[in-house]
Amino acid sequence: MSGLELLSDQGFRLDGRRPRELRKIECKMGVFQQANGSAYIEQGNTKALATVYGPHEVTGNRSKIEHDKVLINCQYSMATFSTGERRSRSTGDRKSQEMQLHLKKTFEAAILTQLYPRSQIDIYVQILQADGGNYSACVNAATLAIIDAGIPMKDFVCASTAGFVSDTPIADISYLEESQGGPELVVALLPKSDQIVEFQVNSRLHLDNFEKVLDMAIKGCKDVHAVLTRVVKDHVGQLASKMSKT
Amino acid sequence: MASTQLSDGEKTFIIHGVLDNLRNDGRTCENYRQIEVECGVVSNTSGSSRLRLSNTEVLVGIKAEMGQPKPQSPKTGFLEFFVDFSANASPEFEGRGGNDLSEDMSTRFAEVFQTNNILDFESLCIIPGQCCWVLYIDIVLLECGGNLLDAMSLAVKAALANTRIPKVTVLRDSEGGEDIEVSDDPDGYHTLEISKVPLFVTLSKIGQKHVVDATLEEEACCSASLVVSVNSSGDFTGMVKKGSSSLSNDSIHDMLVTAKKVGIQLHKGLDTLLSEVGQSTAGRGFLVG
Repeated sequence: MSGLELLSDQGFRLDGRRPRELRKIECKMGVFQQANGSAYIEQGNTKALATVYGPHEVTGNRSKIEHDKVLINCQYSMATFSTGERRSRSTGDRKSQEMQLHLKKTFEAAILTQLYPRSQIDIYVQILQADGGNYSACVNAATLAIIDAGIPMKDFVCASTAGFVSDTPIADISYLEESQGGPELVVALLPKSDQIVEFQVNSRLHLDNFEKVLDMAIKGCKDVHAVLTRVVKDHVGQLASKMSKT
Repeated sequence: MASTQLSDGEKTFIIHGVLDNLRNDGRTCENYRQIEVECGVVSNTSGSSRLRLSNTEVLVGIKAEMGQPKPQSPKTGFLEFFVDFSANASPEFEGRGGNDLSEDMSTRFAEVFQTNNILDFESLCIIPGQCCWVLYIDIVLLECGGNLLDAMSLAVKAALANTRIPKVTVLRDSEGGEDIEVSDDPDGYHTLEISKVPLFVTLSKIGQKHVVDATLEEEACCSASLVVSVNSSGDFTGMVKKGSSSLSNDSIHDMLVTAKKVGIQLHKGLDTLLSEVGQSTAGRGFLVG
């Protein structure tokens, strides 16, 4: 591995975190009025925005209509200024399309799709600032937006990443840690039932270490779940208090 | 543009309201909706701003990158505009849905900002003919509640006020080669002079009268509109007519009188706001409120 020491002898990472610590998560639900559901999340310096429209009639190609379940339509985009080097386009490149597909599969597994046959749900996510863990930020933001839209799901979908540096698994890796070429494990979890809905390993990882890293990623997801639950409860509490005043 | 469906009755109601100088939300014909501005929301840009005009939300990020000056003006830097109609604003913009509108608006901005004295373009030059700063101004539309151009121009001015361009020194070695050194001092930057940056004022003709800052519903009743770019002293730097209907000479004149008055007020309002938040680098962004 190159010159950067990702984990110091004292056990601290480049940004001062311990191996098992997540970056600070801050989020807000209901940021827009026009969409059916919307949410904004910050995980460290990664910032993502998600909006949900629907369920509504299927727009565009009618051959896409599914007779037994809802059609889930995702779009993933990254603002042109989100990365260090400016991007020339925000959507439509290969990486975005792959991400789109992953998001679609993730939410097809979590949303109770059989409730809305012949309809469509649009999930749009946008990265405003990218600093590693884009997929997990998007999933977490989209989960909040879907909850905000009131669409029934089996459970929250919580996503997190884990890496492996000098025999130690590290949780929620940042862009700097991601770009050093070590293994990266991406997991999206339904925390109540411990079901994994999305799972991806990039780069090489020895099977002996696999279990440890997976555990770290799952732990990360559960920590995210704790934060998201609190945010949803706060949000609903505020809504309730507003309603009781009127 | 995000569509709203209005019945004939609703349209008549809006048009009659405008005639009486009282609009649906209680404004007069020359009032803007409440504007919220925040700067420094995206930390990996040279300058950024987030602007909310009631239901319309715009995010602008400016990145200063080194590039080659254009052959026709070797001693100046230049701006590149890009408007991103994000699907977040409306499902219509998914995929290539917003491309036409985006093209249209980017060109509008590029044309107006081409005027020589709007910014000190010469300060953006590093080595004449070889290297200059290119300011990529990217506008992301996040929510669509009418009057997009005005909101975007306000956000662009705010983001320009927030932009920090690193100081560079050009080192020349004995063989005549040139080397560029970018200052690594966090305070080693210069800011842009924005007093001449214009704002767009869109005047929408509704019935016999015209309004500024039309909402989506009002835009649905509007047959033709005039987009005027006004600078802080009230001078016009460009105008264009939009919409499918025609305007008479008299009504254009009336619109311009309003544009001048409203434009000066808008600049004043924004400048006061910017003097408070313009240089900040730690915006709270969407978490506020």
